[in-house]
Amino acid sequence: MSAVRGNRAGRMALNAAAYAVTVFLLLPTLIIAPMSVGPERYLRFPPAGFSTRWYTEYFQDEEWVRATLFSLEAGVIAAVCATVVGTMLALALVRGRLPGKGLVELLVIGPVIVPHIALAVAMFLVFEQLRLTGSLLGFAMAHTVLALPFVVFTVLAALYRFDVELERAALSCGAGSFRTFRYVTLPLIAPGLVSAALFAFIISFDEAVVSFFISDLDRKTLPRKMFEDIDYNISPTLAAVATMLTALTIAALLLGYLLKRGLERRARATAAQED
Amino acid sequence: MGLPDGMKGRVAVQGLVKRFGPVRAVDHVSLEVSSGEFLALLGPSGSGKTTILMSIAGFEFPDDGRILIGGEDVTWSPPNKRNLGMVFQRYTLFPHMSVLENIAFPLKMRGVGRAEREERARAALRTVRLGQMGERMPSQLSGGQQQRVAMARAIVYQPRVLLMDEPLSALDKNLREEMQIEIKHLQREIGITVIFVTHDQTEALTMADRVAVLDHGRLQQIGVPRELYEKPETGFVAGFIGETNFCEGTLQRAAMPGDPVSVTLDNGGRMEAVAAQALSAGERIKVALRPERLRVEPGGTDGMAARVSEAIYAGNATTLLLEADDGQVLRARIPAGAGLHEPRPGEAVRLSWQRADARAFMAGS
Repeated sequence: MSAVRGNRAGRMALNAAAYAVTVFLLLPTLIIAPMSVGPERYLRFPPAGFSTRWYTEYFQDEEWVRATLFSLEAGVIAAVCATVVGTMLALALVRGRLPGKGLVELLVIGPVIVPHIALAVAMFLVFEQLRLTGSLLGFAMAHTVLALPFVVFTVLAALYRFDVELERAALSCGAGSFRTFRYVTLPLIAPGLVSAALFAFIISFDEAVVSFFISDLDRKTLPRKMFEDIDYNISPTLAAVATMLTALTIAALLLGYLLKRGLERRARATAAQED
Repeated sequence: MGLPDGMKGRVAVQGLVKRFGPVRAVDHVSLEVSSGEFLALLGPSGSGKTTILMSIAGFEFPDDGRILIGGEDVTWSPPNKRNLGMVFQRYTLFPHMSVLENIAFPLKMRGVGRAEREERARAALRTVRLGQMGERMPSQLSGGQQQRVAMARAIVYQPRVLLMDEPLSALDKNLREEMQIEIKHLQREIGITVIFVTHDQTEALTMADRVAVLDHGRLQQIGVPRELYEKPETGFVAGFIGETNFCEGTLQRAAMPGDPVSVTLDNGGRMEAVAAQALSAGERIKVALRPERLRVEPGGTDGMAARVSEAIYAGNATTLLLEADDGQVLRARIPAGAGLHEPRPGEAVRLSWQRADARAFMAGS
């Protein structure tokens, strides 16, 4: 009895600690939201009233809107590129007999290990030479590289869960390797690809360090614009942007979760049958 | 193309060698399967039976030898170009497609139009007696039904050869026996060549026209079930197929297959037998004797003296565990209802047999 009770007390303490950490981590984000709806010209907590003024200001400020659209464009392109390249890489790593597999793996993990600031400097030096700073192409390339490891790992996980025998079955049905991928492998790893693409988009969308270096006066991403705003005029618009950014990220994750669940429903039904 | 119809389903494996590292998974195996024949590849795990099947299917490429299908050398063709039907051990239905879509998939890959696809898929589904299940997802079917769908998918494009890799091993015993009969019927009905891998000797003997027995990558014997059971050519086949007593001894004179031999048993006694293979003098010999071919008689002076240590009643027969005077343990089976003497435990008996039923092998074979 006492052992059970002790166990229970321990579990409650653990839960309490977990919640405390979660609240601690979320608190700054949660404080930003009320601050963004205050009527005053400066950031204040708690807010003295309620106003959507700063949101209006954001949508009417051409620079904010331009930075947002630029970020969205770069994010979408990077997500698509990283997903396509990352999926091919993951396939090569799992299925291919590619020489120097270890080296390729190491290169893929590279962007995670190398400090972002070092990558940023390196990219800046190269992009400067090629006149790619401040260009959509430059951002798309840089963010693709940054998102690639996450895509590769997500797709690798999906491929390891996938039953290779199904590919053999498709081959025996007369499908070549491309059509086997198109009709069998791809639909079955699609949930993994959706996660990977969303992951890549989010990484690009809130990437600040590299963006800081390769932006220019005209073309900059949202995080870079926010940095500038902190430097020149700290207005509640910043809080409004931060709040929307958080909301967008949560929405993207939620959308991803729902999509993934929809795609996985069939697969799960199979698994249940096999049990 | 120019081949007569009766040749298209012919499969020939010639001098097949496949190494995995230092292990020879398949060691110079040659066999021929004629059109419309049902061949079982039988052996324990690691015997190379699946590797042979996978080489025919095109999922393994041999280190040496050739594979011919319908007279055409396909040794290096990719699996999707061989036009074979394949049923796997696990059902491997595509989980994101309905039953009908699964069966229509090979037709789709062959560019068959939508309407014809559906019609032929439905016909194949009726052939495996699942006519009403077309709209279901694979996960909604039982194991036996899934395996039938897999079969329908493998025959819908009318391949000349159907390869089956232990297709029934995931099913329970009753369903397995039912499916064995069904597969056999299906094969006769559509006249397809079947190469069927199994480790279950009963399955091989009941289903196949001929059985190829493999051990350690080598073809031990290929023949009709009766030959394998009654005239095994190696000690392995004698031991692997059915139940067998082995008695060990030596031989004074060399013998050729079919020669009558007299084996000197280790206890000094003699045993009259027939050489099942070429035997050399002075080597260790083992003599195989089926339990149901042993005659057990009370008393007398002829034959081998033994004592019954146990009698196991099993309805249709009684199995006797016997201990010969030299300590050798033998099994004998006495069919029920034949009016034969059924000795009790402890009883002294005499054992005899027909010379042709005692087959002598080299001990290492």
